[in-house]
This record gives sequence, structure tokens and C-alpha cells, in this order.
Amino acid sequence: MITRIELALKRGYYDADAEKIRLSARDLGVESIRSVHYFRVFYLLGEIAAAEQKRIAAELLADAITDDFAVDRFLQQDAEQESWSVEVTYNRGVTDLVAQTTIKGIRDLGIEAVKEVKTARRYQIAGDLSDAQKDLIVQKLLLNRVIEHVRQPDETLFFPALDPEFRLVTVPLLDADTSELLRISKERDLFLNHVEMQTIQNHFRGIGREPTDIELEMVAQTWSEHCSHKTLTGLIEFDGRVIDNLLKQTVFRVTRELDLPWCVSVFKDNAGIIRFDDRYNVCFKVETHNHPSAMEPYGGANTGIGGVIRDPLGTGLGAKPIINTDVFCFGPVDLPHSELPKGVLHPKRVMQGVVAGVRDYGNRMGIPTSNGAVFFDERYVGNPLVYCGTVGLMPVDKCEKRVVSGDLIVVVGGRTGRDGIHGATASSGELHAESEGTWSGAVQIGNPIVEKKLVDTLLQARDRGLYRAITDCGAGGLSSAVGELAETTGAQVELETVPLKYHGLTYMEIWISEAQERMVIFVPPDKLDEALALFAAEDVEATVIGKVTDDRKIRLRYRGAVVGELDMEFLHNGMPRPVRKAHWQPPAIEEQVSDDPADLTPALHALLAAPNICSKEWVIRQYDHEVQGGSVLKPLVGVENDGPGDASITRPLLDSYRAVVLSNGLNPHYGLIDPYNMAASAIDEAVRNIIAVGGDPEHIAILDNFCWGNTDKPDRLGSLVRAAQACYDIAKIYRTPFISGKDSLNNEFQTEGGETIAIPPTLLISAIAVIDDARRVISMDLKKPGNLIYMVGVTRRELGGSHYYAYRGLSSAQVPGVDAEYARHLFKSLSQAIQQGAVRSCHDCSEGGLAVALAEMAFAGNLGAFIDARQVPCSSDVVQTDWLLFSESNSRFICEIEARRKSEFENALAECDFAEIGRVADEPVLSIMDLNGELVIEQDISKLKSSWQKTLKW
Amino acid sequence: MKPRVLVLRAAGSNCDGETAFAFEKVGAHADLLHINRLLGGEVKLADYQILAIPGGFTYGDDISAGKILANQLKYQLADQMLDFHQQDKLIIGICNGFQVLVKAGLLPQVDVEADQSVTLTSNDSGKFEDRWVYLSIEATSTCVFTRNMPLLVYFPVAHAEGKFAVRDTAIRDRLYKQGQIVFRYCRPDGGEANYPDNPNGSVDGIAGICDPSGRVLGLMPHPERHIDATNHPQWTRLGLQREGDGVALFRNAVDYFA
Repeated sequence: MITRIELALKRGYYDADAEKIRLSARDLGVESIRSVHYFRVFYLLGEIAAAEQKRIAAELLADAITDDFAVDRFLQQDAEQESWSVEVTYNRGVTDLVAQTTIKGIRDLGIEAVKEVKTARRYQIAGDLSDAQKDLIVQKLLLNRVIEHVRQPDETLFFPALDPEFRLVTVPLLDADTSELLRISKERDLFLNHVEMQTIQNHFRGIGREPTDIELEMVAQTWSEHCSHKTLTGLIEFDGRVIDNLLKQTVFRVTRELDLPWCVSVFKDNAGIIRFDDRYNVCFKVETHNHPSAMEPYGGANTGIGGVIRDPLGTGLGAKPIINTDVFCFGPVDLPHSELPKGVLHPKRVMQGVVAGVRDYGNRMGIPTSNGAVFFDERYVGNPLVYCGTVGLMPVDKCEKRVVSGDLIVVVGGRTGRDGIHGATASSGELHAESEGTWSGAVQIGNPIVEKKLVDTLLQARDRGLYRAITDCGAGGLSSAVGELAETTGAQVELETVPLKYHGLTYMEIWISEAQERMVIFVPPDKLDEALALFAAEDVEATVIGKVTDDRKIRLRYRGAVVGELDMEFLHNGMPRPVRKAHWQPPAIEEQVSDDPADLTPALHALLAAPNICSKEWVIRQYDHEVQGGSVLKPLVGVENDGPGDASITRPLLDSYRAVVLSNGLNPHYGLIDPYNMAASAIDEAVRNIIAVGGDPEHIAILDNFCWGNTDKPDRLGSLVRAAQACYDIAKIYRTPFISGKDSLNNEFQTEGGETIAIPPTLLISAIAVIDDARRVISMDLKKPGNLIYMVGVTRRELGGSHYYAYRGLSSAQVPGVDAEYARHLFKSLSQAIQQGAVRSCHDCSEGGLAVALAEMAFAGNLGAFIDARQVPCSSDVVQTDWLLFSESNSRFICEIEARRKSEFENALAECDFAEIGRVADEPVLSIMDLNGELVIEQDISKLKSSWQKTLKW
Repeated sequence: MKPRVLVLRAAGSNCDGETAFAFEKVGAHADLLHINRLLGGEVKLADYQILAIPGGFTYGDDISAGKILANQLKYQLADQMLDFHQQDKLIIGICNGFQVLVKAGLLPQVDVEADQSVTLTSNDSGKFEDRWVYLSIEATSTCVFTRNMPLLVYFPVAHAEGKFAVRDTAIRDRLYKQGQIVFRYCRPDGGEANYPDNPNGSVDGIAGICDPSGRVLGLMPHPERHIDATNHPQWTRLGLQREGDGVALFRNAVDYFA
């Protein structure tokens, strides 16, 4: 028997869900909708008495004040008869979080008769709509067909449990020729090339048997680009020179050569660890989750943040997640639907979905999201980028794992389902117009509450010493987790013991499933009972699935039979190193010269409103950036808490003023012109953001995340080599070690017409710094009329890739460069001035240059400023005011100084280029005099602010 | 002796640490305890003087905010809750904790049998928002937690379901009459608030209420997030060094047992 309960808001309550549909339909050009009503629907399976049905509806599902409900009938919220009703529900096998919680709630009421629950949502839409319009609304607004469908009246909702018959599958490989090998690779979605397939073939010829399906899968997953980073650690022929392991030659090398005492563990664990204080270390990891987010933005971003949270949790013996960061790159949100390539979701929908996904997971985890960025470019239409990062806090004696033979392998947290099969291998390939279909297995929906319980209990188990090693189940699932953690020892796993979400998984699916919210711990036998009791006490599932061995083999058994056995040595070190060609030729770009308008006010308005500069408040406010209680500098600052802060500052220990500073740098528009200077600029931007708030240049670590196009193409890989070289050169001089990183290659999209859209080379640099005393930091908003305004650093004629030249439609190859030795000295001097308390506010000049930075400081402080451009230190080729005001030269800051601290400030910066360029004004007007002494900008700051805020005010 | 505070955790609680910190800072002893320990009988509510239900998303707020935990209190721990209240002890629910108290029949009065008369529902903005808000403290309030506090305080809110709604206006009038309205969202100058000063569309800008005894308080804003001067979003411009506005609320609770 199935009971159907439907709920809706009573009349008089504002239904935001329904209203969102109505407004979005208008965006799609459907104007004729008169009303939308939204209903929550629950299907309950079981022999349930009428009184119980009523109790479940009234005492659990409905709010007594705001909700109407109906059992086994439709609610009619509207007098209109002419309406169209659509019910949307999850596809079979997709996690239904609300259904799971509902079962718990029903049990709490003492009702045992309900066996299963499934949820749906119904929309009742009134208006004259054609069938085509209805279809458009369903496909574009009401569902994502990767995970949902329109429920049909006769549809089966609940399926009986069925276990598949166990059948061991071997793959005939030994006698296969090259084309057969490639066919097998393709058919099984292994994403292995012919050399790799031949290597596997040779290995099994040596053993003298055919591989099983699970063995092939495990090799494919371990050797995938996602897990092995084989391109960047392989051999690269770069313009006649062979680079043996690009990462080792650049980012790892900086860290090794700097050899700083506060770097605790770098590039070997799930996150890089640095010293925080005598008792604690902090670790930081940034991941990308691009491909899943392109297909299902909510679920993709959800699991992106969920996955990266498990990285610190799986670092050392586990770190408490304390801060999240998020950086997104999307296509233009105002892209006309007619220009959208087939098979791609509209950028606005992707953005709304991604933001909601990060919001719902991060907020529920109770981790403040305090730093991030959003960048728009049409080349991200097919491949949006979703970078998620998490900082963790861990006791200094919990930073090392120990893998001991005989320890028990325990999987903790969520159950294993068919979700996320082939994520690791598939994310190493390109997306195309049909990806939506083939990808459905790889889409996952997160359950943050399961993960929250996991964090809460694991940290207790850590502190009680109940396990000796831990790692997360990420890409590649148990296969990757156990395979990597037991690499030096060996492991045996009994696959039928793994707890499953539902019946019907094959042994192979169990092993490679990427179901979320799972961690693997290695528990000493004498601690097992205590560990299991601790997890049980907080309703966290923990199950022994195998043991650590000492034969350096991974052995997989299912119902008594060995279904796979691989040498760890072959698995981890048997991969043939690829040789790729790389080439870099700077693009031919015409050097164009702007006219120098007499009035630059319109240009300033346009830049402030540009999507890559404008306020991101719509995004930021939806994230909890205060939870855990240690927020010191929030992402939004100033008089009205809405100005753009440079870096976030957080006190992880509430009884201490020691704090963590976070920032990022990202300049994809420079990357197409000059990837070397793009990387240099990204590092400079991340570091100067930290300097601007008062961070210490001697205690900054950075992370690299390379997102590139298809690096099988020599020009793409060549630009990556150039960027990596800059990482070494600049970080070495800045003394900012890389402590962790991750790359995502093959971000290209094949349109139906065969056109390839590659993303711009996109290097995200994330920076983390530790400061002694959060009470000495400063913010970017102007503080007081009469204070002096200083420019620190040199402005050069560097308009290539700038927002100003983009706005004017002009080109230039002069991307901002970095004079690293000079900048390092400047950072140290400015930092000292801030530490002394000589600086009242400070803002770095980045996108949009000096004029935008000044405007931001002014409206954040609700104060005007009077600036004389003639005073700004600049190179001799800066002969136009527009260049001076909008060049995006690196290593520059604007500082506000009280008159009484003037000499102190100037002394601290004695050996740097700086100049007093104006004053904070009494009037709320930003006035700038040009190089001829004429007013070139004069504007009320409220107007400037309004331009800055209007673009993404959704 | 230090008053003992039970900070009640459940799956998805997430402001437990800073709530415990706030109580300990003003001299209490705070234990973070999972609800299973109460349900299993290992821990007795009677051993504590203050029960704090912190913010978070208990059980994911999957059905509606705080509902599952509320039902656990209502159907499985009602006797302990009633005894606790009758013994002149204090209960505070912050954010998700407020949602729980309202849905469990512990606010506006401690009566688990009564029909629910007020609720917290989806924000008018239709989304989760984190922002700082000014709150006026009603002069007529009988609340123990807000005694002698300044009439205007500044706390952050961070929620998606914080709109205070009543079954009918008579309920609201009675809350005023009995001194049960504690906090109302207001403009920086104390005046009537519209969005975003009233961040969720609450009726009359009501942000927090107490029971007629004044010993049970529920509020959507987070006093535990304004403990240190550096929590204040404008401390760098205002040169703030004094303790945050939230401290007094926790101190009042502790002083009640002095």
C-alpha cells in the first residue's frame, strides 16, 4: 500500500519556491504564466492505518501554522481550474535525503509500519502555455534529467530488493591486438591509451591469466589523470628540452629549496600542513569538481565541497574543518539562450545551482565559507570551474599516519551505492554534447548531515587514539582509499561486508563506487570494540571490511571467492610514463592605443559593473561566514558591511588571537596572452591580499590548482609549462612554499557542430598565512575625512588582458609582470608599517586598477576622496591618465594614513616607491585629477556603489 | 559552584562549540552532549542548571527546520523537560534551537500538549542569509537572559527559516501583554525595520521570545557569535576593544544561579 501526502503553504504565506519558477520562466521568454503553486509530496510504503497517516502528516511533515496537507488527494490552492500539473521525482538510485530523514522522524513517532519513503514535488501552473513552452519549463526549470524525471501516473515508485547473481567476470586481454585493447578500454570507460593497455596486458601475461573486471577497473582508476597526475609528473618535451616531472621541477622544488621550518607536511598527504602554534597545525587543500558541476550543478558543487572537507579530515590522523573557500568560473550569466551550445546548462542556472550546492553543504557542515571569487568568461560555458577548499586544524601530535599489518580496515560514514561510478576515470576525459547521458552514473548527491556526524565522531576517535591511519573515499572510492593507504603493506577486503544503500550492486561497483561521506580508518584490533561503540553512540555506521596485510598485494574477495589480486608495486609504479609534447608561441597581438577620454567617469562606472569586478554579495550572504565564532575580517567589510575585503581572517581557537588569513589570486584573461605572467600575477595577487590586511610575508604558504584545456595538444601543455615555471620563479623569491595542489586537465567541450571550446588557462593560487595577533589587522574601507591617501608601488603601462581594454574593445600583449625581488621588499616594508599601526586602511589594486580600488575604498567607508593622479608613482611610458588609472600592474596598494603617522609610515617605506596622492574627503564624492590637472572623474560615491552592486543583485 | 550547562548536540548541530565557549567565558561549566546520551538514560537533564540548544541544521532540517529534534524532545523527553523547567532552571534555544523549542511545545509556553501557536518559517527572501542585525530589547520583557542589557544590541543572523509567524493576531497580542517579546529587529537608530534590517519578514520584526516565566528564551540571532570585540564587523573602523554584545546574555544566565 502506498500513501501519498501532499503539503503546501497556506494562502497568505509568500511561496518563494513558486515565485522563483514564475520569474525564471519570464527569463526564458514565457510571459503567460498567471500563477505557480508548489507542493511537497511524500509517498509512504507500508500498511499504515488512517490515524497514523494523519499523525505523520500533522505531527511530522506539516507546520501547524503555515502548511495545509492532504492525504491521498490533491490540494487545490487555487480557484483556477485551467491549470497544468507536473510532478517531479528522483530517478531510481539517486539519494533522497528528505526521504531518509522522514523515515527517522516516523520511527520517532513510534510508527513502524512505514517501510520506505520517496519524495516528489508538484507544480501547478496556470496560464496559456503551448506544449513547447511546457516542455521548456519542465526541462529548463523544473528538473534536471540527470537525476530527476516527470512522474508518470502508472510509474513504479518502490522496487523490491534483488541481489544479482554472483558471476566472476574476466576480460580476455592476453591475446588482444592493439585495436582490441583500445576497444576494451573504450567499452569499459577505462580512459586508458594503447601503451597503458599493453602494459597491463604484459603484466597479466607474466602472471599467466586474464584479468578480472575489477582488476582492470582498479588499474584504470589508479592510473587515471585524476588520481596519478600523469601528464604533469610525466615526461614533457618542451620546445626541444625534456622536462622530467614538471611538478617536481617547479612547485615541489620551491618548497624543497626554501625548506622552511613551519612547513610540516607537504605534497604527501591529503592536504598540506603548516605550523599554527605550539599546540596546533593547520592544513589546507583546494580541489576542483568541474565535470560533475557542469552536468548537475547542485549535486556537483555539493559533492565538491563535501569531498574537499574530507581531505583535511583524512590528513594526518584527521583535522577539524574550520574554513571553506570557493572559487567559481562560469559562462556569462546574460548569455542569450539562442547562443547556448546544445547539451549545456545555461550559465545562470549553473551558477545558481553551484552556489546553492556549496551553500547547503557548507552551511550544514557548520564551516564558515569566508573566502572566494567568481569569474565569468564565455569560454567557461561548456566547462564551468568549481574550486572548493577547506582549512583544517589539528593537534601537532596528530599529523602522521602509521600503517600497521594486522590492523582492521573499517569503513565509516555513508553507505555505498551506485552513485559516482567512474568519476575518476571519466573526469579525465573531455565533455561533449552527449555527456549528459553518459555521465549520469557519475553524478552524486551529498548528504552533509552524514558527513557532519562523521567529523564529530572521527575527531573524538582520533583524540582517543582509536585508529592509526585514515583517508577519505574520494575519486575511485574504496579502491583508491584502500589502495593508496595500504600501498606499502597490502590489504585484503571482503567486499560483501561493505554496507550498501540498496541491493543490486556487483562486487566491482562496490569497490569503485564514489558514494559520498565515507572515510576509511585502520584500527588496531584491541581498539576495535571501543571504536565501534563510539560511532554507534552517535548513529554513525562503522564496519570492518578487511585487514591490512604484509604481502604488498591488494586482495579482493566476494562471497568467499577471490575476485581480484594485484601487486601494489604494479598498481602504483607500473604505469608507463607518458611523453607529451609541449610548445609555446606567444600569440600575435596587436598593440593598440586608447584615446584618452577627458571624462573617465563612464569608464569607471562600466568597470565597477563588470561581472568580474562587481559585488558578489548575492553569493557571499548565502554562505554562513560566521559559524564557529572566530570571524575577524569577514568577506564583506565597511560601514554597511558590504565592501569587498581583501582577505578573510579567522581565529580558530576562541581563547587566542592567533589567526588564519586566506586569500586567492586568479587572472584567466592574462593567461591567453601570457601564461607566465598570469601565474606570476596570480601569486602576487594572493600574496598582496594577505599583506593588505596585515599578514606577515614570512609566514605565507600557497596552493596551486591548474585547470587547463586538453594537454594532449602541445600549445595547451606549453602554456601550462610556462605557468609552472613562473610558479617556481616567483614563489622562490617571495618565500611562499607550495604545500598542496591539484590539476584538472581536458577542460574542453565539443559542440554538436564539432567545434571545440577550451577554457582559458586558469591557475588558481590560494594563499594561507598565520598571524600572531588578529587585533592588529586592518580593513580596506576608508575611515576618516582628512586622512592622507598614499599609493605604494609602481604603475606601468600594462593594459594587456585588463578590464579597461576589454571594455574599450582594445588589445595589448602587455600583461602585468612581476618584479619579484622589488615586490618582496615592498611587501616586507608595508607589512612592517601595518604592524606598527601606522596604516588605517589598505586595499590592493587588482582588477580595474587604481581607480576601481579607490572607488571601492570610498564607498565601503562611505567617504569621498580627492586624488591627484600626477602624484602616482609610474613608469615613464605611462603618458595617459586612463592607463594610469586602469592599468592592472602588480604589487600595488592604496593606504590611508592619519596625518600624525605620516613620517612613521614614510620611514617604513623609505626604500620603496610611494607617494601621497590625495586625501579622504568630507564630501561623499570621488574626485580624481588627471595628468594635466583637470578633473577626469568626479562622482558621488553612492552612484559608484550602485553601479558596483547592480549587476548581480538577484 | 559553577552552574552546569548542557549544550545539546544532535546530528547536524554546529554552533555547539562557540555556545559552550560563551558560557564558559562567563564562569559556567559547559558539557557538549549528544541527545542519544539523554535518550539512553546515561545522562540526566536534572544534573544541569541550564539547557542550551545551539544553532545548526539538526537532521538536515530536511522536513522543516528543527522538526525532528523537536519531536524527540516532545515525544521522548517531555517529562524531563517539564521537570527541568519547573525546577526554576533556564533553557535557551538559538537559531535552530529556537525552531526546536517552538516546535517542541516549549515556547511560547512550556506545554507539550498544546497546539503549536507560533512558528519559524522560510525567509521572505527565499534563501539563507548571513547578515548582522540591530535588535531592540523590549522594555516590558520579563526575560531573565536580557536583564540590564542595553536596549539596542548587534548580533548576526544566519538562517533560511527564521520568519516568525503566529497563528493569529490574538496570539501576538498576548505575547506582548505577557512580556514575552524579547528581541525585535530594528533599524540602526532603533526604528521599525524593513528588509534587510528585518532579514526574514518576521511579524513585527520579532526575533526572540520567552515563556511567561522569562526562563525559556528562543532567538534567531546568534549572541554566541558576538563575544569578542573582533567579531563585530566594523571593529577595525570603530576601534572596538570592549567585550561583544552577546556576553551579557550568557552572564545573566550564569548569574541567575549566583
